[in-house]
Amino acid sequence: MTALPRREWLLSDRPESRRQARLGQAYRTWLAFRTNWLAMIGLGIVVALVLVAIFADVIAPYDPIVGGDLRTERFVEPFTGNHFLGTDDLSRDIFSRIVHGARLTLMVVALVAVIATPIGLLVGTTSGYFGGWVDTILMRITDIFLAFPRLILALAFVAALGPGIENAIIAIAITSWPPYARLARAETLTIRDSDYINAARLQGASSLRILWGHITPLCLSSVIIRVTLDMAGIILTAAGLGFLGLGAQPPQPEWGAMIASGRRFLIDQWWVATMPGIAIFIVSLGFNLLGDGLRDVLDPKARK
Amino acid sequence: MGALKLEAEALEVTFRRGREVVPAVRGVSIAVSPGESFGIVGESGSGKSTVLRAICGLAPTSAGAIRLDGRQLTAPRDAAFYRQVQMVFQDPYASLHPRHSVDSVLSEPLAIHRFDRREERIERALADVGLGPDFRFRYPHQLSGGQRQRVAVARALILEPDVLLLDEPTSALDASIQAEVLNLLDRLRSERGLTYVMVSHDLAVVAHMCDRLIVMQNGQVVEELTRQALSAHRAQQDYTRKLLAASAGYTPA
Amino acid sequence: MTPLLTVEDLRVTFPTRQGPSEVVRGVTFTLGRERLGIVGESGSGKSQTGRAILGLTPPPGKATAKTLSFDGIDLRKASAATWRSLRGARMSMVMQDPKFSLNPVMTIGKQLMEALKFNAEESRAEARARAIAMLEAVQIRDPERVFRAYPHELSGGMGQRAMIAMMLVTEPDLLIADEPTSALDVTVQVEVLRILDRLVQDRGMGLIFISHDLRLVSSFCDRVLVMYAGRVVEELSSANLAEARHPYTRGLMNCLPKIEGGLRPLPVLERDAEWAR
Repeated sequence: MTALPRREWLLSDRPESRRQARLGQAYRTWLAFRTNWLAMIGLGIVVALVLVAIFADVIAPYDPIVGGDLRTERFVEPFTGNHFLGTDDLSRDIFSRIVHGARLTLMVVALVAVIATPIGLLVGTTSGYFGGWVDTILMRITDIFLAFPRLILALAFVAALGPGIENAIIAIAITSWPPYARLARAETLTIRDSDYINAARLQGASSLRILWGHITPLCLSSVIIRVTLDMAGIILTAAGLGFLGLGAQPPQPEWGAMIASGRRFLIDQWWVATMPGIAIFIVSLGFNLLGDGLRDVLDPKARK
Repeated sequence: MGALKLEAEALEVTFRRGREVVPAVRGVSIAVSPGESFGIVGESGSGKSTVLRAICGLAPTSAGAIRLDGRQLTAPRDAAFYRQVQMVFQDPYASLHPRHSVDSVLSEPLAIHRFDRREERIERALADVGLGPDFRFRYPHQLSGGQRQRVAVARALILEPDVLLLDEPTSALDASIQAEVLNLLDRLRSERGLTYVMVSHDLAVVAHMCDRLIVMQNGQVVEELTRQALSAHRAQQDYTRKLLAASAGYTPA
Repeated sequence: MTPLLTVEDLRVTFPTRQGPSEVVRGVTFTLGRERLGIVGESGSGKSQTGRAILGLTPPPGKATAKTLSFDGIDLRKASAATWRSLRGARMSMVMQDPKFSLNPVMTIGKQLMEALKFNAEESRAEARARAIAMLEAVQIRDPERVFRAYPHELSGGMGQRAMIAMMLVTEPDLLIADEPTSALDVTVQVEVLRILDRLVQDRGMGLIFISHDLRLVSSFCDRVLVMYAGRVVEELSSANLAEARHPYTRGLMNCLPKIEGGLRPLPVLERDAEWAR
């Protein structure tokens, strides 16, 4: 059977092992995803961000923190000489700073996703599945978090915890889970009385097993889509905190902080603030396109 | 007739819809002997499915008693109950988890009840319902309606229960597939000595499958009949006669 | 007299990854002012036949035909405006599942009135009376309540009856009923069929009744087309059903359980690859 070409093996209607069935499912999703070229661009941008973050040391031609000669290399214009995107007021190569900034951005994105998604899923599915007073308490807490604009709440948290990139991540994570909880709860409400959940109950499955094995997998895709779409917003919030001086601290090459320090020279040395702005724009766009594409292939409701 | 397998006495189920209290089942009593196939016939809203759901604990009972092997059932039901009583749902498109393969559908109950020889049991369960081993790793969307219902039957039987509750098991299926599933259920019952409680709106299906049946309307039992009485159209009540007439097909007024 | 509907060599194709797949393959029939049944199992193409006649083949599917004419109008070239003037007023369709066919945010009454408004000149009160009468006609016990109710407040059977009422209230010339009664109780089913029957008898409506239930169709319709794998394998008048020749038709009849008792185990339909040719 291994003689079958790999593609046929993956697309087989008669998988012979658990692994083949799972891989086949994944491959089908990939095939559907691949037809959406905008989503592929999004994926390309996100993959590029990851690669740039990993190989920042190799890609960046200069040190991101220590600048060059302050007399001759301040405010070098972009696309001229040795500095591709120019230099800033401290003679630091902007391209190198953006490349290293990708690490910070990726860290923010990854940590927020890792912290906020499980909290949101847990709160949402629990509250939707059990209903009653559990639901009331959990949802009122969620409402309290939802009542504040995200940036303001993050600002308050950072002000309390002290400025710095780690605290900014924690603040963003704490403020971004409530929408996921709402989403997961809504999904849970629609499936909790379905026959396959009843069937699981009738087999004596515990609530934990039903929540984890039956409900969460169905909520997961819509939450993942939402998280991906929110990534742009998270990057912007992180940049906003950086811009306000409450996120990454100088001389860290965080994109938001770079814009903040470059805004003083916006008229005469436009590139200092613009280049990191373009980076934020491209990455946000990438996540949005990716999220849109994921919705098309993962969301069972949008499929038909 | 020996001891009863399953018994419901003066069963009442009410649902609360906002401020309204809707009685769904009003004083229904059934008594099913071991190895018997018992039918519940009625139209939508007659409470026939609610009786099944009350028996397996999915609907709350407000009065009455349910006994299995003479023992009163507790709420919530214990693990031993689920090993004895299983249910097959009406719509095979809604009763299988869309992201679980046949393999995980069948292995989950085994894991919950800590059964041994799982591989062997899964393969046997599939063979019993007439599905080959190459169905094992498929997902529901790769199965037809009849195949899905077979998987649902396999899921119910893998815990080796004695009582199977069948909630309109064939009403979502094509006639030819219905015949296959009915034959399958019939064969499994005679092979394993199962007790069936089958709910259906289709008198012909119940007449084919069940030894005795009750006819329900508006949450109450209208009439109790044997298969022979039904086949001979010897119904006492008007409502049952009306059902019988309607089942024969269309007759111009 | 020219037939109400002529269908010749109707084909419906859907593109798939493995190339186009033809789900209706050359269906030909004519319909007068009568009750025609189309019977087949799921996937036989019976529903797609009905949809294609109304121009409702869901994209990316494509319907083609040599002839497709309704009361002298060539439906193959019909413009959007022609379709608008036909659908609802002169030809309509009752679908299987009322949940997807009723507007969830509009009361039943409003939807009924909506259907009426475009089709007749009468006062609001008259229209309302007609709508209520129609609800009564489909055996809804409390028409006033249902008139004010939203679809989610109705049970499946009630919703289906409301849906049928909505399709019939304009008294169309051609009604395509796709499994209209399979969600209904048997006693209600008979009542609904009686309404359809009356419309055929009294008003000369043409009815295409699509169903999987051969017993029901044969007792209700004048003629029956039996479809298998996108083709009509047999055409029969209902009276001669017992003389069906095609093994598929016979298999469909035999596999039904009977109240009077019958074979055990039930005869199972053996499919022959030849039939699909």
